Amino acid sequence: MRGMSLIVRVMTGLLAGILMLYGGYIILHGHLTPGGGFAGGVLVAAALILVSLAHGSVEQVERREYILSSVFESSGGLLFLGLALAGYIAADCFFRNAGLFFIGQPLQLVSGGLIPLANIAIGLKVGAGLFAIFLALGASRFVMKE
Amino acid sequence: MEGRILPLFVAIPLAGAFLVPLLSKLWSRFSDLIASIASALLLGISIYSWLIISAAGVPLHYWVGGWRLIGIAMWFDALTALVVFIINIVGFCATIYSIRYLDRYTSGRWKFFTLLLLLIAGLNGLAISGDLFNMFVFIEISAIASYALVAFGTEEEEVEAAFKYMVLGEVGGAILLFGIALLYARASTLNLAHLSQVLAGMGRTPFYWFVIATLLVGFAIKMGMEPFHAWLADAHFSAPAPISAMLSGVFIKITGVYGMCRLMFNVFGVSRLETPAFFNLLIAFGAVSMVLGGLLAYTQSDYKRLLAYSSISQIGYLLVALGIGNFWGIAGALFHIIAHALAKGTLFLAAGSVERQAGTRNLEQLRGLERVMPATTWSHIIASFSMAGLPPFAGFFSKLFIIIGALTARMYWLAFLAALFSAVTLGYLTKVVNLSFFARKDEPPTTAREAPALMVLATLLLVVLVLAAGLGFKGVLDHLVGPAAKVLLNGLEYARLVLGG
Amino acid sequence: MIPYVACVLLFLIGLYVVISKRNLIKIVIGFSLIEYAVNLFFALVGFKKGALAPIITTLEQVRMGVNRNFVDPVPQALVLTAIVIGLSTTALMLSLAMRLYEKYKTFDISEIRRLKG
Repeated sequence: MRGMSLIVRVMTGLLAGILMLYGGYIILHGHLTPGGGFAGGVLVAAALILVSLAHGSVEQVERREYILSSVFESSGGLLFLGLALAGYIAADCFFRNAGLFFIGQPLQLVSGGLIPLANIAIGLKVGAGLFAIFLALGASRFVMKE
Repeated sequence: MEGRILPLFVAIPLAGAFLVPLLSKLWSRFSDLIASIASALLLGISIYSWLIISAAGVPLHYWVGGWRLIGIAMWFDALTALVVFIINIVGFCATIYSIRYLDRYTSGRWKFFTLLLLLIAGLNGLAISGDLFNMFVFIEISAIASYALVAFGTEEEEVEAAFKYMVLGEVGGAILLFGIALLYARASTLNLAHLSQVLAGMGRTPFYWFVIATLLVGFAIKMGMEPFHAWLADAHFSAPAPISAMLSGVFIKITGVYGMCRLMFNVFGVSRLETPAFFNLLIAFGAVSMVLGGLLAYTQSDYKRLLAYSSISQIGYLLVALGIGNFWGIAGALFHIIAHALAKGTLFLAAGSVERQAGTRNLEQLRGLERVMPATTWSHIIASFSMAGLPPFAGFFSKLFIIIGALTARMYWLAFLAALFSAVTLGYLTKVVNLSFFARKDEPPTTAREAPALMVLATLLLVVLVLAAGLGFKGVLDHLVGPAAKVLLNGLEYARLVLGG
Repeated sequence: MIPYVACVLLFLIGLYVVISKRNLIKIVIGFSLIEYAVNLFFALVGFKKGALAPIITTLEQVRMGVNRNFVDPVPQALVLTAIVIGLSTTALMLSLAMRLYEKYKTFDISEIRRLKG
């Protein structure tokens, strides 16, 4: 048997989209409102976990998903480090918000220079990382065989 | 700004750690390549920065993001130079050693190297950090990487040891964080230099001693000091050999001893004259660790467990030397960090080679390895002699300085104890040499052969450094240990340099 | 004063659980309690009675510069970091506990004694 009952699958499908959207909203507004990369990333991971719980039991998790989440996690980390190094190269200061991108007006969505990008990087890392933790915990038998 | 090299100490290993999982999907050997390159680069920049500061005579500093006191400070003085050099030399040797050593594990190469690079990143970050909370974060990064690495083999003992280690280590981490919160509550700053000025204005109140006690407990757990040593032997015993070398040679000294020294001497401004209670406490715990660790090491029949108890004993030496508190004592402690890291690194790597080639590390079963593994045997012997304090190896001079320090401070019984436990060290290490390497048996030992070239190379590199540090002890004392000891002795000078520069 | 005492109490309860319980999962829970106690303590440090959350929401606040009536934002940032560290340690601890269960078929630490030390 794959997954849970029809009701659960339909409802999680609907919910997961909203959760994803909300997570994305929090990540993108990280420089304006409470929250940011970590909180938004947790929501994104929750949506992913919800879907994978409803559709298909944990033993059937594809190896592909595990690899994909670890790839996304590493790229999130690299992106964050790259942003730190961008300030280092451009303005001689590690983590400098170096005016490479829109500084913009305060309280606008497109503002804050590198900070929204850093939030996106963290969101990517946390979302994929938490999902990878879930897969590793839930499907450790599978991961061990790798 | 000359300090612009400093962020690279964190950026290089982190970049390596994130690149390894990505690129190893394409070709599994990329993980070896990236890890070796990253650790070689780190070794290069640590030597380069050391040359800069010893030529210029002033420490390097760096404000992350250019925010000065609001932001995170990075700081590279003579003490950092010593510590960073040790981290990166042992880290480099462990990395190139692991390339062949990992053949015995069927999977997870990239996980190992990611974690190893994270461990190195955490240690380097701790060494260059000039910010209290940042120190905590880097301690935790390296600690979490080390828990996972201890459990790397996923056998029963390894997971069990890792769980034990993790519970103790994390309680230590929580206590450290509690101490940091207390400090922040009173001082409202996290910058070490600023903090030390605020504390200097506060006087020696009960609060001051309470914070010191909290932080000391946290660091004592991290360094495996005597009442908290339970995790250490199991963790060192179960970890893969290069990780045992990193844990014993570097991790316990950097997160435990270096973290404690930096905070106590440079921030709290303890000194033998003003706060003798603190130093006597260090001597008491150090002496207990030295005696118990040495005696427990004597009774072990497992190669790596013996070395682990010996580490506890040597940590005791370090604490005693710090507790003596005069120039020779502290110089001896810092020299001992170098000597012990190099020698213990060699011993654990040699132990790993023996285990890999002979299939066991039970001292009762190992026989006559000298005939088949000459390079490993002689590295082991030289490192043992250095640990035991025989001239002309590095360990001799560190123990000599400690004894000189004890004599000038008129602590004769301490000098006697230090000399006595040198002999004990020699005793248990010759037991290993006698039993496993030289004792003859009628039948040929095993099918053991000399370890692969890269593993031998890594071991030999450390041994050569043990020899070099011993023969060139004058140079090491003048250019590395002496200035570092002065940093600790002129504790509050630190704040003036950071805030003035 | 009472909240601080409660933090210390929570810390001690956590420590008691870690030391005295035999079930691996309970040890992890006890560890989480310790962590929450420390985080709570840290968050309390920055608390100021009647002050606002340190978030700028209107342009007026931007123009007026730093509003003095904020609670200290630094402990909150630090606690967030500490929570993230706590997340990773808890995840690692749970996965180690799972591996132990797979190997020994029990959560009881008195039966998990392959190591003598």
